[in-house]
Formats: sequence, C-alpha cells, structure tokens
Amino acid sequence: MASPVDISLTINGEPVDERVPARLSLVDFLRARMDLTGSHVGCEHGVCGACTVRLDGAIVRGCLTLAVQADGAVVETIEGVSDTGEIADLQEAFIRHAALQCGFCTPAMLLTAAELIANRPNADREEIRAFISGNYCRCTGYQAIVDAVEDVLASRQEGAGT
Amino acid sequence: MTDANRPLSVFDRPNSYVGKTVPRPNAKRLVQGRGRFVDDMVLPRMLHAAFVRSPYAHATIQSVDTSAAKDVSGVVAVFDGHRMQTLCEPWVGTLKHLAGLRSPPQYPLAVDAARWQGEPVAMVVATSRAVAEDACELIDVDYDERPAVADAESALDPDMPLVHAEFDSNLAWTRTVDAGDVDGAFVDPDVTVVEETFHFGRHTGVTLEARATLADYDPASDQLTVYYSGQAPHMMQAVFARHVGVPEANIRVISQDVGGSFGIKIHTYGDDMATVVVAKALRRPVKYVADRLESFVSDIHARDHRVRGRMAVTKDGKIAGLEIDDRTGVGPFSAYPRTSAIEANQVLNLTGGPYRIENYRARGEVVFQNKCMMSQYRAVGHPIACAVAEGLIEKAADAVGLDSVELRRRNVIPDDGYPCSSASGLKFADLSHEAALDRLVDLIDLDRLRHEQSELRAKGVYRGIGIAQFIELTNPSPMFYGIGGAPIAAQDGATVRLDPSGTIHVATSVTEQGQGTDTVMAQVAATAFGVSLDQVRVTTGDTGAVPYGGGTWGSRGAGIGGEAVYQAGRALRDNVLATAAAILQSSAGDLDIADGTVVDASGAERIALSELAKMVYYRGTELPNDLQPELVATRHFRVTDYPFVFTNGCQASYLEVDPDTGLVRLLDHWVVEDCGRVINPQLVDEQIRGGVVQGIGGALFEECLYSDDGQMLNANMADYLVPMAAEMPDITVAHIETPTSTSALGAKGAGEAGTAGAPAAVMNAINDALKPLGAKPLTTHPMTPQRILRALGKV
Amino acid sequence: MKAPDFSYLRAESVDQALDLLARHGDDARLLAGGQSLMATLNLRLSAPSVLVDLNHIPDLAGITETETAVRIGAMTRHVAVERSPVVARHLPLIAAAMPHVAHAAIRNRGTLGGSLALADPAAEMPACALALQAVLEIAGPGGRRRVAAADFFHGLFETDLAPDEILVAIEYPKAPAGARWGFRELARRHGDYAMVGLAAMVEGDPICGAGRLAYFAVEDRPVLAHAPASKLVGEVIDDTAITAAEDALDADLDPHGDLHADAATKRHLARVLTRRVLGDLRTV
Repeated sequence: MASPVDISLTINGEPVDERVPARLSLVDFLRARMDLTGSHVGCEHGVCGACTVRLDGAIVRGCLTLAVQADGAVVETIEGVSDTGEIADLQEAFIRHAALQCGFCTPAMLLTAAELIANRPNADREEIRAFISGNYCRCTGYQAIVDAVEDVLASRQEGAGT
Repeated sequence: MTDANRPLSVFDRPNSYVGKTVPRPNAKRLVQGRGRFVDDMVLPRMLHAAFVRSPYAHATIQSVDTSAAKDVSGVVAVFDGHRMQTLCEPWVGTLKHLAGLRSPPQYPLAVDAARWQGEPVAMVVATSRAVAEDACELIDVDYDERPAVADAESALDPDMPLVHAEFDSNLAWTRTVDAGDVDGAFVDPDVTVVEETFHFGRHTGVTLEARATLADYDPASDQLTVYYSGQAPHMMQAVFARHVGVPEANIRVISQDVGGSFGIKIHTYGDDMATVVVAKALRRPVKYVADRLESFVSDIHARDHRVRGRMAVTKDGKIAGLEIDDRTGVGPFSAYPRTSAIEANQVLNLTGGPYRIENYRARGEVVFQNKCMMSQYRAVGHPIACAVAEGLIEKAADAVGLDSVELRRRNVIPDDGYPCSSASGLKFADLSHEAALDRLVDLIDLDRLRHEQSELRAKGVYRGIGIAQFIELTNPSPMFYGIGGAPIAAQDGATVRLDPSGTIHVATSVTEQGQGTDTVMAQVAATAFGVSLDQVRVTTGDTGAVPYGGGTWGSRGAGIGGEAVYQAGRALRDNVLATAAAILQSSAGDLDIADGTVVDASGAERIALSELAKMVYYRGTELPNDLQPELVATRHFRVTDYPFVFTNGCQASYLEVDPDTGLVRLLDHWVVEDCGRVINPQLVDEQIRGGVVQGIGGALFEECLYSDDGQMLNANMADYLVPMAAEMPDITVAHIETPTSTSALGAKGAGEAGTAGAPAAVMNAINDALKPLGAKPLTTHPMTPQRILRALGKV
Repeated sequence: MKAPDFSYLRAESVDQALDLLARHGDDARLLAGGQSLMATLNLRLSAPSVLVDLNHIPDLAGITETETAVRIGAMTRHVAVERSPVVARHLPLIAAAMPHVAHAAIRNRGTLGGSLALADPAAEMPACALALQAVLEIAGPGGRRRVAAADFFHGLFETDLAPDEILVAIEYPKAPAGARWGFRELARRHGDYAMVGLAAMVEGDPICGAGRLAYFAVEDRPVLAHAPASKLVGEVIDDTAITAAEDALDADLDPHGDLHADAATKRHLARVLTRRVLGDLRTV
C-alpha cells in the first residue's frame, strides 16, 4: 500500500488536518471522513455531476479530484453554503418550484446553479439549460430547475438595482 | 359526471388542501444536503461488499479461485456461487396467473454458469469498498465461454443454443389475445390495411442514487434490519424472510430517502440478497452500493420489444381491426417476484386501449437471452403500446386521407361510454378521451402550428407535430400480482393519530421517492381530519412503523395510499367527535373539526384538539368512566370493483429535424392528463414532466447497445445517453379531472402518464417533419441521428 | 468503483517533475487537470503506481502575449482560457470552441495541456491546435523542444510526447489580419464529445490565401484535411469553392465509426459540417 498523505485544508470555513490515502477522491473524503454526506456519488467517472463541490471558489467534480489535491485549498459543500445562507434564495426557489424530487442531484445542482448566477447574471433559459447540462437529474425533467434559477436571477437583478 | 353537477364534498371546502399546491416540507432537508440515503449511513463494525461479475454473456464457470483475495489485508470474507448457495434459498420469478411462464431457480451468485455479462460471480467483503475492489481483482475465475443468445428475434430458432439446458427452448412465456373476427376484418374489401414493424431498444432506469443495501443482523435476537433504497419495503421484508432464513416478523426494512427508483428498485437482485445473506453469516453490518458500471449491467433493463402491427381502417375512418405480434427478450431469468412477463402482457392489454376496437388479436412471446435481466420500469409496456397504436393511426390516416386527429376522434371511446371493456378484456371507467383530445388541440393551437409548419417548410425548415393518445394503468387491484402468489400487497394502510400537541401523525405504507408522497398524504389527512397542514407529520418507509402495504409502484401512491389516509383521517375525526360529544355533552353530529378545533354547527369553537387530546391522555379523570377514546384510526384500501383504474390523456410534440444531420430539436411538448382528482397540482405536473422526459429519453437517446455476443457496449454514463437539460423542452401540462368512482378521494395516479405517451408523440412528430422529404417512417426507438439519416437515405 | 492504490508526488517545478518521471519510469503518470485521468483510474482502466501532480508548478500556468503569438502554459485551466481577453482577441477560434468542451465544472479543473497531451480524437482543443498551427513546447531530460501540432498527434491517445517528457506550453501564432475562423460540432447532447467536429481557419479576404480544416471525432486523431483546404486557396469562398471543398473531403477522411455514428454517417456529417463552416466563412 502506498503511503498516506497529510493534508491541511479549509472545509466550510473550518481548518482540517487529515491523513488520507492518495487514491481517496475528494468526494469520498468529504463523505466518509468529514461526514459531509450532502455531496453525492452518482457515477464516479465525471459525468453525472452529483459530486459537485467548490474548490477554491469554483465548482469541480468531487470524483475527479483527489483529496490530496485539496491540500491547502478551500472546499465548500452544500452543508457550508446552507449554513452561511449564501444560496438561501436559490434553495427557497427550488422548493417553491418543486425543482427537486428525490433530492439526490440537488446539492450539486444548487452549487452549479449558484456558479451560473454568480458569473452570468443575465443568463436566459437557454443558457441556464446549457450551464446545468453537466448535472443529471432523472426526476424533474429540468424545467422546474430552470424556472427556479431564472427566478433567482431576476430577483437578484432587482435586488442589485435597488 | 361533470364538475357542475357533482355534489360538494370535503375536498371542496374552502380550507381543503386537496387541489392546492403546497410546497414539500421534505424538500428543505434535501436542498441543504441533509437527506439520509443508504450510502450516507455508517454502522459500527460495518463492512463493504464488492462483486466480481461475469465478463461473458454466457460461460461455464470451471473454477473460482479466491485464495489471493482472501489474503488481502482488510478482507474479511470471500464467497463464490457454491458457498453462497449454502446460505440462501433460490428464488423463481414466476406467477401462477401468468400461465406457462417459466424460469429456473436463481441464486445470488452464479453457480457453475454465468448467463449474462454482469451477473455476479463472486463477492468480497472487506473493511472498505476500495479494499474489496482490490481483492476482486485477485479472484481468478476460470470461464469456458459458450455461444450467447443475444438477439431476441432469433432466440427461438431451432439452431440457437439454449440459455437453460433444462428447458426445451428459450421461450419463457407466450400469450395470445383474440377478440372478435380479426381475420374477417382484415379481408373485408372495404378496409384499407396498414402495417408497420416497430423496435424499442433496451433502456434502463439510471436512478441517480444507485441501488444500495445496508444489512444489519443481530444474532442475539435473530433480528435483521435492512436499510434499503427501494420502493416496496414490505415486499422486501417477505422476500428476505423467504430466502435468507430469518422469520419475517424479525425483519425490519427501512427505506428512507431514495434517490430515484422508477421501477428499478422493486426487484430482487442477487447482489442485494447476497449482502443481506452475508451480513447474517458474518454477524456484522454489510453495505453494498452498486457503482455506476455495475448499475448498467445489473439494474433491470426495460423495453427491448419488436412489435409487428397492422390495422384495418374503413373508408370513413373506423378502425375495423388491429393485430400485433410482440417479441421481447428478458435476459436469462424472469425477475422475482414480479416476473419479466408483465411488460409483454401490458403491451397486449394496452395497445389500442383508447379506442373502440372490436376485432383485436395480439400475440406476445417472451424469450430468454444472455443479456441483463429485463423487468418492470416506469410505464411498463405503455410507451410500446402507445407508439404502436399511434404510429399505425398516423399511417392509417394517411392511407384513408383523413387528418389523424379526426381519425382519433372517430374511434376513441366516447366520454359517455363508460363503464366498458376493451377487446383485450380491460375494464374502463371514468375516462375522458374526447375532452382530453379537444383540450389538447385547443392548447397547442393546432391550426396555427400547422400554418407555421407549412410556412417554414417553404424555407427548408422541417418541423413536425406529433400527437399521441394513451391510457395509463394505475391503482392495481390484487389481480395484478397477489393473485399469482407474489408477496405483493395491492392494499395500503394508513394510521392517523392525534397527539397531545394537537398534531396528527400519519403513518402510511406508501413510500416516498421524491414524488411528494409525504406532502400529498399530509394534504389528504389535514383535509379529511380538519387541521392545518403544519399540524400534520408523516412517516413512511419503515416496516417497523407503518401499516402493511404495497409501497410505491404502478402509479398507486395517491390513489390507494391516499384513499387509506383519507379513510383513516375521517375515522379519526369520527373518534374525536364522539369523544368531544361526550366531553361537551353534545352530539357528534352537531360537531365538526375545523382548523385544529372542535366547532359546533355555527362554527364556534367548542374545544381545541390539543385540549381534548391532553384531557384524554393526561387527565382521564375528567372523562366519563365508560368512555375510552381512541385518538387513532387505521384504515386500509384496495381497489375492488375493477382490476385496475385507468387514467387517460394525450400528448403533443413539436420539434424540428435537421435533415442534414438527423439531429432533432424539441421545441414544445404538451400533455393533457386526466388523473382524476388532483391533490397537489404542482406535484402532479412535475410527475408528468419528469415522466415525459424519461419517455423522451427512450425516444431519442437511451439505448443499451449490445454486441452480437451479448456484451453491453455503452455501460457507462458517458456513452449511455440520458436526457440532459439543454435538449429538453418546456412542457405544458393541463388537466381534465374525472375522479375515479372506485374511491372517495377519486385520485387515479399520475406517475407514468408522461412516459407512456411521450415516445409516440415524438415519433409521430419526427415522421410528420420528414414526410415531405420522402423518408421511410422512423419506427425504431431511440430515433438517433444515424437512424434518421438512414431513413432519409443519406447514409 | 474506487481507484487502485497509488502514490502521490507533488512536483514544485518542471525539473522536479522530470526527475520524478525519470525515477519512476512507466509506473508514473502525470496528473494535470485529472478530468480524464481520474475517470480512468476510478474505472480501473489504468493502474499507475505513482501520480506526479503538476498542479503546483507556478510557471506552467498562464497566458502571455508576444507580438506574434499567444503562449498558454500547459496547466492553464480551460476556464482561464475561456475567460481570457487575450484569447478572445487573438485566438477567437479557441474562444468559440471552449464552451463546447464538456461542462463548467470540468472546465474549471481541466487544463489545455492535459487535453492536448491526452489526444482524445473527439476533443476540441487538439483540432483547434491543428487549425491554428500551434507549436507545442515540450520539456524532457535533454532540455526543451518544440513540435508543430501537425506532428504531435500520432494516433488514438498517442502523441509525440515520450514517457519522460512533459508538455509545458502551447504557442499559437496570432491570427493575421483578414484571417477568419469557423467552428462547429455535432453532438447528440450539449457538452458531449462530438459525432463530428470541424475547426477551421482561413486567411485572406476575399481571396483565400490559406485554409486549414481540422476535423475531430472522425479518425483516431484530429485530421487536417488538405485536399478540401487546397480547393479554397486562390478562390473567394463561394458556393463553387464550398462544393469543391466538400467534394474533395472524401479523399482525406477515413472515418472510424463509434457508438453513435458509423463510418458512413461520420463521412456524411463531415461533409455537412464542411458546407456549414465554410458557409460561415463565405466571402461572397
């Protein structure tokens, strides 16, 4: 067995020091070692998007990033952004529009949508659809998700204007 | 009965929650990542399982050498088929009422022979999943590859190898329906006959949360607890009891948050069973979560049908006869306990179901083959039945020179024609084909669309409009499974209890997979009993905590489970009012419950529920001695007058085909659905939309591609294409509301309607778009760019 | 589906990475963005015993501009390329192609050099490198060398890179005045690998002085189709020239079928794309 690696990072604002096997993926580390089970494992080959987390402020596939690569980094998960209230309006919009059913894709979908909202405040429905098309949802058919994101884009625009 | 002359009921009261969109209380947890899925759970001393799976579609297993795997640090146990065979009773996926269906005994791990690529052959249990996988790589299985039966079409040919040597052929089941005078109808010189062959590729459910099982056995008390990502906890309790050797009463199955199911998580899988068996054998908790590659070759697949159909139509557009021949391949075993014959059976039963067709013949043949097992997945058989009939109708309309909407109008069962029976023997009631079709034509503004279509054609833009009319089987009675000997309840139960806080607590045997069961049950209970929604709590998915029932399948949650909740809520109301009457020295008939309070006829508050409950629970001395209040009520419900309830509806697709690339752009999609009483409009619409998108998946994207020797070629998420957001249209949903007369609540179910009709609508739209280009009709699903280009003769 | 066991070594400099490669030989794999490598590890399609992480070598990432060229460090992430004003201005073909590369979360992590070094025949960036006549800068034990993109792609996931070498940067000549670009791909779903794609660059307006048509997802590597490009040279790009180019395509392409499109379909789609992309570039 290869030697484990010591890593220090910040997860949801808290400093963490851990010793991990090199092969441990970031999402498995977060789930199994940090008990942050809100990030989900859906395919482990980078396609479904369910493992999406933030690494140094940008969304990444948690299954295509190693935990050791997060050494020195800032990691945010759905638990973290929920506690800070950063995406409270988006979460509320998801509930209002029934933009989730089973909820398995939802944490990742929210983080993906949050990145769109942050970077493309003027996105239209087509752009929203394109942006979230790396996140697989089997339940909703996507329309309600698009509605929810569109709503938040509009309300944040309003908020920015006042 | 129309809305106008139906008497007012409790659902029409101003404070009724039935018919109102309310948000799901559950959703708050899920958007914060606080769901609790099976893989999120960790138990003390828990082990992880991984499986070695057959790389061959068909092979003799000469030997399984597990010695190197056992030596890996962290490995606790290794099992091959022979060892597993000693720990588990085999199962057989047959049902008595499906006469002639056969399937050999099946064990958790293959014994001596592997019969599909992906069949579990050996199992490693270790301290982590990674270590278990490391050890799997060290297991040396000596296979002797045998010729595989891959193609269902040729599976019955005499020179084909046998999937099971003990059977005389690869036939699993066959059934024929023959009603009226089909031969006479087709030879009538006055009819026009159209025919077509349809192919429906295999696809699979791709639940985003893969199948997951965590089994925990306590040898001291012989108690088995299984955390199970599934739809039917009580069924699995019975299944585990039968095969694992723990008394049924000692088994508790818990299905909490479930990350999608769609019919995938309602079957017995060898790997799940092995996990439970081994947890018992090792006396330690064992978790198994299928990885995505395993899911593609072990989750049940669906469809894989070839249907030849022909339709005879009179000059005035009456369907004089319909004949279909269905061949489907179901893999090497019939699934347990629901079998793999139901989809073919549904195709036979449902094809042409919206229409009056007196002369109908249908033959179905279900064959074994060396591919992944096939069984029930969302809208079992429906999209096939719908696409065959609706495809033939388009062709027939062309042949007799009628608009296809008009042809449908001339043949649908009229809205005043119920109850009635179909040629295949289905009993129909409370349907609204005429109203739904009128509504759809209005909704899509068909004339405007046709105008736009023709204008664009002149500019070289090829758009198509496709319409499909469907029926959806819901709320099955015991005629579906129980009659055949399966441990599958067609009834569901609900217990509603009033607590001292004035809150009611509902426990229901229907489960929650995100469709909103908890919310809908709360709405029904609040309305039936008379409290506000925030005074209701709901428990599901735990055989240790809920009444006995079937769970969630067959679009039955709202219809059957909801009715049980309604009846239990009313019964509790009666109990509470009787108690209140005694306390208040009034008569129960003069009292009512409204907004958490017992009120009199004038609406004046007499006693708050919390006060009444506290009196009952804490201060019994204030009650008359001869009064023992029951502030709890349990009711069960099953459908009795009909084998099934049906819903109906129609869908339309508007799309654009790029004739140079074969790519299809979906522009619009509409659904008109009559699911009876709508309890929560938003949740119903979302069921429809999600269902439509799964139907579109089958129509345009999803296909389990196999080589001639039975290897699945695209068994990964990158190559198996599921619908993603960018390609999906917005979907408009409208309702006709004809409550079913089989229940007081009147809800029929809505989970599968979208999937049932979408493929046919998309297929008809593509063919409509390509008609001016002289393309051969597309009848093979999914309709891929390559298939479209071939139909156009471009490749 | 967990990756097999391996060791992780973090390189702080190119020289250190080269040393680690030299020391571990064939057992080592370079870890760039990891967006393809990690998937193959999780699928246990590959089992290196050592991963050498390039993500902490500061001078491997970044976009710099000279008078005639744009130089992009191999470890520059797709997202940085996508958002770069320099790229938008001088390499608009890449700017146009980048949104087609997978999805945002992948582009946040994936690197330009990783994409080129992987040499997936269906990927966008290798074809763009061909169309733009990029030069790849490679570091090895014997020092640095430069290879033209046209000589870099050898076959399916095979490149000119030796096992002990590292791709350090890609240099793209700035588009000359009058140069125009076209990019299209046909994919069944947004963000998927294309069934067929075409990255094109033509110089000269209105008379075409040079043209490069780089097809991807057609053969085992991206293909510069010379015959159709030659039909454009000295011509205005009009219907006649486009038809001539389209007709010349067959000679240059030998498509390999895949799950979504067989060889005949790819050949047909390549013709369609030729017409469309050149249509985008027509000068009359």
